[in-house]
Amino acid sequence: MSVLVYINSNSGLNKSALETVSYGKKLGGNLTVITAGSADESKLATLGKYGANKVLVDRSIQGDDDQQLTQLIAAAADSVGATTIIFSHDLTAKAVAPRLSVRLKAGLVSGAIALPGDDGTIKVNVFSGKAFGSVKVNSTVKIISLLPNSFQPVEDGSDCAVESFSANAPAGLIKVLSTKKPEGEIPLPEAELVVSAGRGMKGPENWGMVEDLASALGAATACSRPVADIGWRPHHEHVGQTGVAIRPNLYIAIGISGAIQHLAGVNGSKVIVAINTDAEAPFFKAADYGVLGDAFDVLPRLTEAVKKFKASGH
Amino acid sequence: MKILVCISKSPDTTSKIAFVDQNTKFDENGVQYIINPYDEWYALVRALEIKETLGGDVTVITVGSVADDAIIRKALAIGADDAVRIDADPTDAYYTAVQIAEYAKTNSFDLVLTGKETINYNGSQVAGMIAESLNFPFVSLATKLDVNGSTLTLEREIVGGLQVVEVSLPAVVSCAKGMAEQRIPNMRGIMAARTKSLQVVAPVSVDLLTTYVNYTMPNAKSSCKMIDPTNMDELVALLHNEAKVI
Repeated sequence: MSVLVYINSNSGLNKSALETVSYGKKLGGNLTVITAGSADESKLATLGKYGANKVLVDRSIQGDDDQQLTQLIAAAADSVGATTIIFSHDLTAKAVAPRLSVRLKAGLVSGAIALPGDDGTIKVNVFSGKAFGSVKVNSTVKIISLLPNSFQPVEDGSDCAVESFSANAPAGLIKVLSTKKPEGEIPLPEAELVVSAGRGMKGPENWGMVEDLASALGAATACSRPVADIGWRPHHEHVGQTGVAIRPNLYIAIGISGAIQHLAGVNGSKVIVAINTDAEAPFFKAADYGVLGDAFDVLPRLTEAVKKFKASGH
Repeated sequence: MKILVCISKSPDTTSKIAFVDQNTKFDENGVQYIINPYDEWYALVRALEIKETLGGDVTVITVGSVADDAIIRKALAIGADDAVRIDADPTDAYYTAVQIAEYAKTNSFDLVLTGKETINYNGSQVAGMIAESLNFPFVSLATKLDVNGSTLTLEREIVGGLQVVEVSLPAVVSCAKGMAEQRIPNMRGIMAARTKSLQVVAPVSVDLLTTYVNYTMPNAKSSCKMIDPTNMDELVALLHNEAKVI
């Protein structure tokens, strides 16, 4: 058995890259990582610690061209005889994995949240996180796209070899005019801690309190749909059924009632804290910890408590 | 410009999700089906806006049974010119994509639009699969789409940011929030929809690459532990010692 993991290494090795490599290792067999761009060789070699036997890197392309990337991954899969190809279920996977699935006639399992079961089926989120489905792949080659934060990276090996590889793929038909990357923000789907707020904050001018708590925790910020719709917060922060689905370790919901559509996007969170003035808010039924109180009183207190906790050496 | 908009049915967002037949089938009892919101709000409406400024035709296509004619009529009421239903159960993304690609091949569309994903299966697979089948470029999760002659300028979400790209037609684009605003069909549209063409096409034979074997529901949370709002030190301590998340 041969496993191929595609990682995006352009901004270093992020946690989701390590998750996919460790996941691939758990499947057993020989594990090859394929990547593109100009990441340091010594950095790529550390993927060996997470289970890679070898890293293949194509330095002739940047990895931002989906059609090129599809060809590169297909060529690498062919070269190592991969029977399983793994992605992190991010925006690159959403652009590339379906193309690869058709090209290789390989069944694609999107949004996997666990290792294959004894019967070989793979568990995925369906109905926007309201349920799970078990998917069987009927083709010889499988493609699995793993939801970020579903699998803990395991570090127990040593550095591995890094080799050059190229598919000599011609450029695709999409011309990139510009790329904007927000500085210093934690991408929401990858964040382990998320502080999220809703209409209970009464206005965008009050978000400073939310950001203070997020920064004290080292958390990403998110919001409910109404808040994004009325323009208090940017759309990319909207979590829920029609926004981003996330599964952080900790989700703190402030002034969000907990409508079913919102819960769908966050109920994969390991621990949920709800802060609300309404004792009947549905979020209290979905939360592990609840605080019945006014966000304007509770938030500064919580931020202080977090700062005190961090200052005590945690 | 000939635009093909792919629509899928999905349960209304407030539907109770349950399963029957030993958890192998979605329980449709009492479920109201709607057009998948991303397909309707963004892909279909943007297609209509393009048609209104540049002229052309908007065709909607779905893979489904006669029961899905209701959502097709709604798409026609919102303003699509005609509709195609591939008469088959959309068993998996690959099956669905190949059916649509086969139809698109023989009817040469300039632009194929889909929503970014369905809210029931969330795979985000069909659009990319159509693109590869047609050998078209595919711009995923676009939040803005402008047409200049035979070129599209698009904004799309990428890992950790936003990208502006240009692509020549023909192309496949999956549409995300920001692309357009929802439209409510008016009475005139609803009346007109009754007489618009809805062509039913037999499916082609396709191997299924994946099968949903069964479904499970998440474990219900045990009761919520309420914390005194004046004692946030306690909450922090619980998150550290008990929940072990900070």
